[in-house]
Amino acid sequence: MKIGVVTFPGSLDDTDASRAVGFAGAEAVALWHGTHDLLGVDAVVLPGGFSYGDYLRCGAIARFAPVMEEVARAAAGGMPVLGICNGFQILCESHLLPGALIRNDHRKFVCRDQGLRIENASTAWTNAYGQDQEIVVPLKNGEGGFVAAEQALDLLEGEGRVVARYIGGNPNGSMRDIAGITNERGNVVGLMPHPEHAIEDLCGPGTDGLGFFTSVLQTVAVG
Amino acid sequence: MARVVVDVMLKPEILDPQGKAVHGALPRLGFDGIGDVRQGKRFELEVDEVTDVRLAEINEIAQTLLSNPVIEDFTVHVEDAP
Repeated sequence: MKIGVVTFPGSLDDTDASRAVGFAGAEAVALWHGTHDLLGVDAVVLPGGFSYGDYLRCGAIARFAPVMEEVARAAAGGMPVLGICNGFQILCESHLLPGALIRNDHRKFVCRDQGLRIENASTAWTNAYGQDQEIVVPLKNGEGGFVAAEQALDLLEGEGRVVARYIGGNPNGSMRDIAGITNERGNVVGLMPHPEHAIEDLCGPGTDGLGFFTSVLQTVAVG
Repeated sequence: MARVVVDVMLKPEILDPQGKAVHGALPRLGFDGIGDVRQGKRFELEVDEVTDVRLAEINEIAQTLLSNPVIEDFTVHVEDAP
């Protein structure tokens, strides 16, 4: 099984994401922003970082990278796509997910181990978790405030598309404590915290993040 | 050559932490009369000639790249020649 990890100019966490894919038992395939080729992967991760230096808006320029045309096409066809941090911002800018991420309300970069509640354990990327399971993974962002119109928020909540919610305090001003969301089909997930940094006991707050990567293996295997 | 200006502002209901930071600095500089500050972006686009087609194109650019309609509004205007 092959999971693609896209590298944009300014991506930071592509190596950790690839490593997490390997820990989960899949083959990580490096994808390049400037090509139209997904190299036959079964799923795609858009990693964290500062693509294009966060110029204009976070993710706004990455959205128009050649590889994103293919990612959008594949996502529409049901391929699992996970956007982490900057990847989440790119998914929102691409309109593959609703809403937007703005600067943290307290104006400071936040870097800490963050509690989350998995509120939708049936997406392509969360089926290894129990419903309402609480996990701890690192969070590190300057522009992680999730915002959307009230109507859009009500729709997300009503359809069970809030994938993860912050617990133990809201770290960035995200509306309704939302840390991650999914599309209607459940194959595209965006998440501000970083599960790929919590996959082994050697470093990080534990292994709670590995479930995102084992989930997608199960999703792809079942087809 | 002519210049078309696109101004992008966060929608009124969207929190603007940068504007708040600027506003918070004003009293420290002795400016006490400013009620609020909102920070936006200004883009200056140089074109050979301002035509309806070109303006329509610039509106599309503003809509798709320069602004994010989820959180921002934009205005387009042609700058008077100096």
